[in-house]
Amino acid sequence: MEVLAQGIGAIFTDPDADKARAFFRKKSRALKPKVMSVKEAVEKYVHDGDYLVIGGFGANRIPTAVCHEMIRQGRKNMGFAGHTSTHDFQILCAGEVFDKLDVAYIVGLEARGLSPNARRYMESGKVNVSEWTNYSLSVRFKAAAAGVSFYPARNIMGTDTFHYSGAKIIQCPFTGVKYAAMPAIYPDIAVIHVHESDIYGNCRIRGITVSDLDVARAAKHLIITTERLIQNDEIRRDPSYTAIPYYYVDAVCEVPYGSYPGNMYGEYFSDEEHLKEWLKVEENPEEFKKFLDKNIYSCKDHFEYIEKNGGMHKLLRLREKEFMFSKARD
Amino acid sequence: MADYNTMELMICTAARELEDGACVGVGTGAPCAAAMLAQKAHSPNLVILFEAGGAAPLIPEMPISVGDSRTTWKAVMASGMCEIMESACRGMLDYTFLGGAQIDMYGNLNSTRIGPDHQKPKVRFPGSGGANDFASFCWRMMVMTPQDPKRFTEKVSYITTPGWLQGGDSRAKSGLPLGAGPYKIITNMAVMDFEPESKRMRLIAVNPGYAEKDVQDNCGFELLKAKKITENKPPTKHELSILREEIDPYRYVIGR
Repeated sequence: MEVLAQGIGAIFTDPDADKARAFFRKKSRALKPKVMSVKEAVEKYVHDGDYLVIGGFGANRIPTAVCHEMIRQGRKNMGFAGHTSTHDFQILCAGEVFDKLDVAYIVGLEARGLSPNARRYMESGKVNVSEWTNYSLSVRFKAAAAGVSFYPARNIMGTDTFHYSGAKIIQCPFTGVKYAAMPAIYPDIAVIHVHESDIYGNCRIRGITVSDLDVARAAKHLIITTERLIQNDEIRRDPSYTAIPYYYVDAVCEVPYGSYPGNMYGEYFSDEEHLKEWLKVEENPEEFKKFLDKNIYSCKDHFEYIEKNGGMHKLLRLREKEFMFSKARD
Repeated sequence: MADYNTMELMICTAARELEDGACVGVGTGAPCAAAMLAQKAHSPNLVILFEAGGAAPLIPEMPISVGDSRTTWKAVMASGMCEIMESACRGMLDYTFLGGAQIDMYGNLNSTRIGPDHQKPKVRFPGSGGANDFASFCWRMMVMTPQDPKRFTEKVSYITTPGWLQGGDSRAKSGLPLGAGPYKIITNMAVMDFEPESKRMRLIAVNPGYAEKDVQDNCGFELLKAKKITENKPPTKHELSILREEIDPYRYVIGR
């Protein structure tokens, strides 16, 4: 097929569908308990140099506990998909976990402002950056989930976003129309926070799914953190609610309030005070270091972090906020 | 002395562009406030879509993220990014409203970087997010941004999000879906559209209290001018009360 134009950005993962098939052929389908601690899951499934995808949407339904644990364990040189990554991006930048980055949306926390530390890291020249868009990364996961090596899309053409991407422009064999061919991303490891999972990894998600259904299928290894464990009988009672079946999943970690300080649909709202504190303290690198020591490096786990930032009282307020909106705001 | 501020005026002007029954993709901030105002004031059947998956919500108050719980409040569906962007690519999104960024005479937007070295930029911004996607697919792209000569630049140093690209038929030749493109630019001073042949930005209306010269003085390139330049109507009491009491009681957006 003739390539009409191509971007100069790097492609950090191999889009070869046959190599992916060979991997998935060997992936275990055993129905076995996969419950473990976040620490164990990161030790076992997240490696230096791996390509990582974090589920959810920046500060909504994110696996905060795993992000913290990755920097506690000092993971480095990873590839990462900045697919509207906001607070998760802040955490990963704090640990300088990745040095290869597919960008859709980074360094910002949407309406909350920009992260000074993430900007410092991205302006340091330490990161090899390839430019994409939210939908472009979505279809790169979708291609991998479908077991193919690329997906045709009609965005990005004519822009610098295309020029700094790894996409190629091709012609439709039926209509002659141009498409941007987006190479599949088969991540080494994906981490997704869900509402409910059984011990085998059958998962339920409420609210928006962003790109997580495709990410779960595209990833070679998948860690699930869940608000709560539920019985396998409950999954089988009505399988129409299952978003991710167990045979994609490698580890299940029960982490109540696992998206904190992010929002979790139908559970708790984001802790805006604490997110503001992150943005503020990042302005001063020395203060930020102390902040990280307190909130991440010296914490054994996610619960110690929550305890240090208001504990159950704070969480109950965030639950009220989620359910009562304006009335609970002050 | 007017009893409204320029942000309120901008939001009201923008909201009036969204007719009942239309479908709009929005981000957070002023664009979202405009869509909410349209829905509450005159377009009860306005379909509001958020890129993260929220479909047709009846938003109770300003979301802080395009993926937070408020974007699915009383929605018809909590979906995902492909669902929303595929609808847009299929031609079902009439409008998108994008936020402030650097913009050029053809409506191209830069929200990626300042400085020539991509791997070591002088200033790094968030990048496209869903802006390039919405601007590629939605029939009519609108931008809300403050009018100043730094933001309105003759040529953006980096095109994150497509406007009319290099003008003329360049967008049609690029491969982007035909017939879609920048429609109106709404600022605190004026409303601009694009001249149909050259695709250059053109002044069509000024806000109360501003003259054509103010707009040109705050634009880094020469604006074309429509034959008849109208004056935008100020916000009505009804619009302002919805905006202040229901949509943004804490003045997160209108207090800026």
